[in-house]
Amino acid sequence: MSSVRLVYFAWVRERIGKDEEEITLPESVLTAGDLLTHLKSLGEEYEMALEHDNVIRVAVNQEHVEHRESIVGAREIALFPPMTGG
Amino acid sequence: MTDPAISVRVQREDFDLAAEVSALSSGRKDIGAVVTFSGLCRDEAGTLGALELEHYPGMAEAEIRRVSEAAMVRFGLIALTAIHRYGRILPGENIVLVVAASPHRQAAFDGANFVMDFLKTSAPFWKKEIDTAGKAGQWVSAKDADDSARDRWTESDGKANS
Repeated sequence: MSSVRLVYFAWVRERIGKDEEEITLPESVLTAGDLLTHLKSLGEEYEMALEHDNVIRVAVNQEHVEHRESIVGAREIALFPPMTGG
Repeated sequence: MTDPAISVRVQREDFDLAAEVSALSSGRKDIGAVVTFSGLCRDEAGTLGALELEHYPGMAEAEIRRVSEAAMVRFGLIALTAIHRYGRILPGENIVLVVAASPHRQAAFDGANFVMDFLKTSAPFWKKEIDTAGKAGQWVSAKDADDSARDRWTESDGKANS
């Protein structure tokens, strides 16, 4: 079991209803995709925020990762929708 | 190590185009071309009151810097400034600035273009529309056209970019 800080932005943040939280991840959560699946089991606000999980972007320690990539040992993981800056 | 020829800022305040060009080029004699791109907030035919720009502090700067470093190498730029604002931005106001300097014009044009294409799809910023009555509306959706604009930089030569 390891503890990680999760941060949320834009409509992911609004739907989950918080900016950030510290959670403990089960050992079985190894990739960014595993994390999304795990979070969706935590309640309907997560389910609603992460429903279309293929569009959700993940950053580990402030760098983009693909869903298949490892999140093991991450201090901070961010979840957010596709970016619309510029 | 931070490249001193790259200046990246993420800020609430406005910026001044002339001041940024001058800061980047003053005292140098090796620059032959400076291209500036600035992105502004449109009023969408009078329907938009403002944009609220959210960002991921730390990663926003880091991601713009990564894109900037790639552009410096790929196009042989000699100086680059990139500024992105956050917070509430009204129609007509500035959102983003890229200033690219090189010995010859093509690299400066391409460098600024490249930075914008990658910044739009990889720098963590999100726009929310505020209507003219001040009521919060929809989050702006990402456009496929922005992904296509980014991808054309990899199609021609297969190089990794960011």
